[in-house]
Amino acid sequence: MRPATLGLRFAILAAFAVFFAAPVLWLVLAPTKADHALVTSSPFSFGSFHQLALAWKHLNAFSDHIYRRWIGNSLYYALSATAITLAVGVPAGYGLAFGRFRGRKLILSSTLVVMIIPGAALVLPIFLELNAMHLLGRSLSVILPFAFFPFGVYLAYIYYSTALPPGLLDAARVDGCTEAQAFVRVALPLAKPIVALVFFFSFVADWNNFFLPLTVLADSSQYPIQVGLSDLLSSTPSFNPAQGGGGQSVNIFRPELALATLLAIVPVAIVFLLSQRALVRGLVGGAVKE
Amino acid sequence: MEAARKRGLHVPRGLPFVLPYLPFLVVFGLAPTAYALDLAFTNAGGGWAWFHNFVRTYNDYRFMPAFKHVLLYTSVWLATLVVLVVGLALLLHGRANRVSSTFRFVFYMPGALAGAAAVLVWLFMLDPVVSPGSFFLRHVLGATLFAQAIAPANLPYIFAMIAFWTGAGGWIVVMYGALNTIPHDLEEAARIDGAGPIAIALRLKLPLMRKWIAYMVILSFATGTQLFVEPQLVNQASLGLVPDTWSANQLAYQLAFRYADFNGAAAIAVDLLVIGLVGAVLIVTRTGLFRTDD
Repeated sequence: MRPATLGLRFAILAAFAVFFAAPVLWLVLAPTKADHALVTSSPFSFGSFHQLALAWKHLNAFSDHIYRRWIGNSLYYALSATAITLAVGVPAGYGLAFGRFRGRKLILSSTLVVMIIPGAALVLPIFLELNAMHLLGRSLSVILPFAFFPFGVYLAYIYYSTALPPGLLDAARVDGCTEAQAFVRVALPLAKPIVALVFFFSFVADWNNFFLPLTVLADSSQYPIQVGLSDLLSSTPSFNPAQGGGGQSVNIFRPELALATLLAIVPVAIVFLLSQRALVRGLVGGAVKE
Repeated sequence: MEAARKRGLHVPRGLPFVLPYLPFLVVFGLAPTAYALDLAFTNAGGGWAWFHNFVRTYNDYRFMPAFKHVLLYTSVWLATLVVLVVGLALLLHGRANRVSSTFRFVFYMPGALAGAAAVLVWLFMLDPVVSPGSFFLRHVLGATLFAQAIAPANLPYIFAMIAFWTGAGGWIVVMYGALNTIPHDLEEAARIDGAGPIAIALRLKLPLMRKWIAYMVILSFATGTQLFVEPQLVNQASLGLVPDTWSANQLAYQLAFRYADFNGAAAIAVDLLVIGLVGAVLIVTRTGLFRTDD
């Protein structure tokens, strides 16, 4: 390829890299500066660790340590729901890929339909259902709806139907494996990429969900961090000059808000770091090379 | 051979693997869908209401603006997503591996900041007082105040940008992965046959990505129309300059929880569903996404 073309390619990629990276870099640096320094100093300068500690002190003190609670709640909701999703969804995908039973097509197509229906559209009816089940305001009212993750089932279905040759299962059966044994000995060991993939999508979706917990939880001490952040936003004068007095009394200004945002994404960032390779391998690679 | 195998498969099997999933599918998937439909076509007393709820909400002065906002946002976002994700994946493919993986990582990382966190970051980015892009905001967009930067007319584009910023990287990684499944000899053969890089991209690489593009569009279209958290937070940050019924879903939420009008809210949810399904069907039939025979 000609050097000019290569240079142009690189320039385009680099410009997008700035667009993607600059806000992240700003967010990492912002909590190290005092509120006024955010306005006066260069946006990408580093303040001090002292300021960072101070910002954490303010954030932690906000509303009786509620910030740590929100993070804890988020971990609890997202991890429990994802565990259920995996335990239920991976075998279901396998069953749909290799099972032969009446209603298989029906289950598969309703999974597809529900998958295309965005979660938010069903929040209101789910709210009413949970109300009828007397679950509103309890952690189950978040965990159970989160645990239903048709996309995970569909991913497992695609994965098993493309990556696992039926011949392998037939061979296992010929060798005298029962259906359960064939699943445990042949399909589960191959499931690693799909488990990583479903874990990734489910955990991230649950962690970031805002609408459902906002609707079904009553008390702010039960909020996951995403809803908590919006609570925090309304008590800061950063974007809300009318909140000036409020900001003074709770000590939540821009650095604290930036720190709250930054810490809120740490678990997802870790999952992201760990999953990039698995994501590609799981989605487009197969266990069997042609 | 194929026929022989099919004949051997009369024994029902695999059902036990699917059974634990069924209650979830029914209770949190099918039942709420049915319930939403039921609510949308009945009145508060449970009587059949025909299309009354749809007409009533349609005539609400907030209905048209909300749907216009959402559709404008979704189309801007999808167009950007398809063009740029495919473009960037093609640009990345064929670069030296280390360069390409660094870029992919940089594009991908903002994905960790979805939802409320992404909105908060971009509220800072759009505030000319603290933003690193304040030169751009002041001199290109002419916004010297935060309120000007988030003026209602800008919002569909701003939300599209936020969604692109968080979501594009993941799709770029996926598309890049799909490109890597092209056997090397195939590309080599095309090159020997005299195909230039652009011809290879269009004739060889693009068809391979088709399935993933369609998939991306379907998922994004459906979630796009459901916009909620972004305008909700901007409403909080804008002192009510941006209404709390800016998007269709917000309007549904307000109807349900401020006016206890669950039937009206359900009608809007059904409107969104129909839009999402029609969109998905169009995409599926145009691209053959779920074709299983080849």
